[in-house]
Amino acid sequence: MNLPLRPLVLAGLALAFSALILSRAQAGGGHFFPPVGDAKVKEECGSCHLAFAPSMLPARSWQRMMGDLKHHFGDDASLEPALAAQVADYLTAHAADTGGRRYGAKLTRGLAAGEAPLRITELPKWVREHREVPARDWRHQDVRTRANCVACHADAERGFYED
Amino acid sequence: MTQTLVPLLLAALLLSPPAAVGGPVDDQLARYGAAAKAADPAFAGFSAERGRTLHTHSFILGKPDTPACTACHGQDPRGAGKTPAGKAIEPVALSATPGRYADPAKVEKWFRRNCNEVLGRECTPREKGDWLTFMRGQ
Repeated sequence: MNLPLRPLVLAGLALAFSALILSRAQAGGGHFFPPVGDAKVKEECGSCHLAFAPSMLPARSWQRMMGDLKHHFGDDASLEPALAAQVADYLTAHAADTGGRRYGAKLTRGLAAGEAPLRITELPKWVREHREVPARDWRHQDVRTRANCVACHADAERGFYED
Repeated sequence: MTQTLVPLLLAALLLSPPAAVGGPVDDQLARYGAAAKAADPAFAGFSAERGRTLHTHSFILGKPDTPACTACHGQDPRGAGKTPAGKAIEPVALSATPGRYADPAKVEKWFRRNCNEVLGRECTPREKGDWLTFMRGQ
């Protein structure tokens, strides 16, 4: 029996490499976060700022946030209780540690089990990814706040943050 | 009897405020009018001029970065505004954004939030009616 070893090894290597790439892509590569798919949630969360992808924070963060909309980063974002509950259900179901795990696991890595941060921009991974952005860019009149993702990520509304 | 009644009815129809045939904005104004009257029996109707003042005046009673409605909505009611987080706000003038104010719950939601931010309190029905009257005429 004389198996053609070389082609077999090469094919094996190619397969292993694709599997690696695929697993990375499935782990989110870290740059795609599915946008809010619910019209009501999109309207309520996206009037003042980009409707941030629910997979960018763990469910416990969304719960904490929805518990005090009257003081929402210094703004009054209060909602009727029934509507607030509807929005909270959607966000917690698609969070980084629930339905949105494959997209948000990487971004929320490094958080302690009980930690429930409210700002996506304070996640350790977020900070690391943006460490090269100079202070003057953040102060630019078209940026002004770290919550203004679309100022730099042109495709953020559609969930892409590669650029 | 009917001879005098018919012209009277016709006149009433012609002179009746737009609320009778009105769209959502007029319905909303009618509700604010009833509430304003209940709060103050001397209430004698809304004023677009008072609405303009409410819209443009710097109260500095709420949050420092939103001293007036115009801080986010811009100086021109027919022009777009911008939220602090960079999102565009459709013009507040009804002529520029015809679909605006069609949903009473939404109108109330934004009055509640924005009055708290600019005035540090909720607006009264009269203030809401004045403001809406101003925007309807813009």
